[in-house]
Amino acid sequence: MIGWLDTVIQGILLGGLYALFAMGLSLIFGVMRLVNIAHGDLIVLAAYLALVVVDATGLGPLNALVICVPAMFVLGYVLQRGLLNFTLGGDILPPLLVTFGLSVIIQNALLQTFSADPRALRLGGVETGSFHLGAGIAVGYFPLLVLGVAVALTGALELLFAHVPLGRAFRATSDDPEAVQLMGVNDRHVYGLAMGIALAIVAVAAVFYGIRTTFAPTDGPDRLLFAFEAVIIGGLGSFSGTLAGGIVLGVAQTIGFRLDPGWGVLTGHLAFLAVLLFKPTGLFPRTR
Amino acid sequence: MLSTHNLIAFYGDFQALFGIDLEVNAGEVVAIIGANGAGKSTLLKTITGLVPTRSDAVRFEGRAIGGRAAHQILSLGVAMVPEARRLFTSLTVEENLLLGGYRKRKGPWTLERVYQLFPVLDEKRRAPSTALSGGQQQMVAIGRALMANPKLLICDEMSLGLAPIVIKGIYDALPSIVAEGITLVIVEQDVSLAMRVSHRLYCLQEGRVSLAGRSQDLRREQVSAAYFGV
Amino acid sequence: MSERATKASRVGAVIAVLALVAFTTMPWWGESSWMRTFVEFACLLTLAQMWNLLAGYGGVVSIGQQAFLGLGAYALFVLADHAQVNPFLCVPLAGLVAAIIAWPTAKVVFRLRGGYFAVGTWVVAEVYRLLIANASFLGGGSGKSLAAVRPFTKAVRESVTYWIALTLVVSAIAFLYLLLRSRHGLALTAIRDSERAAASQGIDVEATKLWVYIASAAGCGVAGALYYLNTVRVSPDAAFNVGWTAYIIFIVVIGGIGTIEGPILGTLIFFSLREALADYGSVYLIVLGAVAVLVMVKFPRGLWGYVQQRFDLRFFPVQRRAATGATALGARPATSGTRN
Repeated sequence: MIGWLDTVIQGILLGGLYALFAMGLSLIFGVMRLVNIAHGDLIVLAAYLALVVVDATGLGPLNALVICVPAMFVLGYVLQRGLLNFTLGGDILPPLLVTFGLSVIIQNALLQTFSADPRALRLGGVETGSFHLGAGIAVGYFPLLVLGVAVALTGALELLFAHVPLGRAFRATSDDPEAVQLMGVNDRHVYGLAMGIALAIVAVAAVFYGIRTTFAPTDGPDRLLFAFEAVIIGGLGSFSGTLAGGIVLGVAQTIGFRLDPGWGVLTGHLAFLAVLLFKPTGLFPRTR
Repeated sequence: MLSTHNLIAFYGDFQALFGIDLEVNAGEVVAIIGANGAGKSTLLKTITGLVPTRSDAVRFEGRAIGGRAAHQILSLGVAMVPEARRLFTSLTVEENLLLGGYRKRKGPWTLERVYQLFPVLDEKRRAPSTALSGGQQQMVAIGRALMANPKLLICDEMSLGLAPIVIKGIYDALPSIVAEGITLVIVEQDVSLAMRVSHRLYCLQEGRVSLAGRSQDLRREQVSAAYFGV
Repeated sequence: MSERATKASRVGAVIAVLALVAFTTMPWWGESSWMRTFVEFACLLTLAQMWNLLAGYGGVVSIGQQAFLGLGAYALFVLADHAQVNPFLCVPLAGLVAAIIAWPTAKVVFRLRGGYFAVGTWVVAEVYRLLIANASFLGGGSGKSLAAVRPFTKAVRESVTYWIALTLVVSAIAFLYLLLRSRHGLALTAIRDSERAAASQGIDVEATKLWVYIASAAGCGVAGALYYLNTVRVSPDAAFNVGWTAYIIFIVVIGGIGTIEGPILGTLIFFSLREALADYGSVYLIVLGAVAVLVMVKFPRGLWGYVQQRFDLRFFPVQRRAATGATALGARPATSGTRN
């Protein structure tokens, strides 16, 4: 019994990381209905960026965020305005295919630059520290930090969208990209900002990811799938939903892993498919 | 204040405007009328920047603005109340109004002034914009455009889908808008209404100006002829 | 009154017949490596045509067709090694297996739409991959070899595999050509252009999409079985790899989506690029990806689509021309908004 409780708790903690993977994806789904196939590869790219920054400056990986977050924000803005904005406009094929192409380019460019060897970001021991909840359940400091950041970020995004002019502009652009221009909102710029914010979140997710496990150039697709599943399980249009979706996915995977190490990821996929079958709009969708 | 010179515009491959010349002077109320398909909406879209055209085809306060991005044109002081209102469905009434003020242009129109003009909106501030009646939505659309403190306000087919008494209520609000110094361009299907509220009138027919003149000088038969192209 | 055959298509037909004769006799005058490359070419071309059918004509964008490729491949191994069916016969049977599994699969994935549907199909492919990787009787993660071909000589195996490949290429193209000339083809293009308009014309959109999905799955299953018959060894990571979809998409996008000639051109370009950049490792994938991105942004109809538009060239006349000479099917997306 305690074993199962421990499993669920570890799953919730893992879910925090998945929620971070998913948050950026949820944002751009919401603002521009863009499915970015390269999202997972951008997480991996950001992890390698952090690695480079750490090696070059001697900063710890968390401190390196000071450089990585703005850098990824700029990358996101430039990518959106320089390439992805041209794919938007009704047809679903161009953004899908262009981001698919980007995914392949990023993976192979990383392979050429860094080789296929798994790498890691080190936090100097804190990543393995934990405190005990009693009855033999250990809660790691680091996973708890990740979950905490995920919750805080969810709250910040909800606040942004509800009360800040830019957030209103995001919602309005998503409702009617043409009418919003009549309000003086530069939709090209707004899309750029949205992607910039999404990749800034990716930078945070990437550093946590790189600390928690090793990473390699071909890890992107799995991160995309987990992020995507978290968003769909949670329900489109809600950051709290995405947080919940990430946690549900994390719990599903850890339960599956406990049953059989080969079943971890598969159980997550099956949970996703189950939600699709029985509650296609997700567990906590925001009704529009 | 606003003028167009030989304005030509396309809607995809289809030529909608074949050389429109019109003028709007500061402080005026100008009406544009015409049947469906005459080119009224395309004309408005070229003025507000949603449809491209030659740079000097549209001039606002002396500046050539043809083909500029819509958000830039709003910054210069041209706002539109779009046809069918086009309120943002996931925003509340107040949020829609606040979005109108996104550019923070200076002027007398604030949230409180809009609520004074349309008191019913004050009660419904937090309601989702979709929960309002047609007339109330029209008020939100007007208020939203006013929040941009424009110099020129364009109103596209405000009477569409509204009951006569509601239309009267909407149009009764216009004089106070004009009194604040805003120039008005009104596009209307209802010809008598257009003639009543405007100083001057243009009639479009198949992408061309078929009649122009001072509203009080024009006779109904002239206008009908120009409207239908007989 | 409509006219379908054009001069180009008549010339094309003559060339095609000559080529067919040459290709059919290749086992007698060609080398082993040519035949193996042709089989690979045939598989990729078929996969590309199947994806093109689904996306370019049906408007259904899937990035998970590798699911049926893998299922087809494993159907071959299971039927041949465990059920003792003649391995060559297993190739078309694999298509049937894939089609059967496609039906319940569709029921689940079609709950999603657009880009979400696309990623959903990928998740499904991953599910099949993981299920098979966890099945030790299928060789698990490391895969298995095809024992059933051992009784045959190398020459016989290679020739028969080659002929199956040739038959597959010809039948896939013939099937597409006939389908698109039929009223079903017209229904497909209607659905692609506007689902709502098509539905209002009495076309059962959901049923049509389902059938196209199943047909595409069957084609992928056959191609998968054929590919791994050629290599004689399969593993889940190889057969269910999303890289297949990457290759297919690049081929179709670069060649020309929504045309029959496009994927043929695209596959040729793909193989040429691979040969040319063979010494540079994964650089050729970066180039391929970059070219696909460029083509998608600048030439959305692909290279063949561009040629078609510029020179009005068509080898497979499936578009209907009005007697005045203007094409009936538009090239530009519909403009929105009211005319006023």
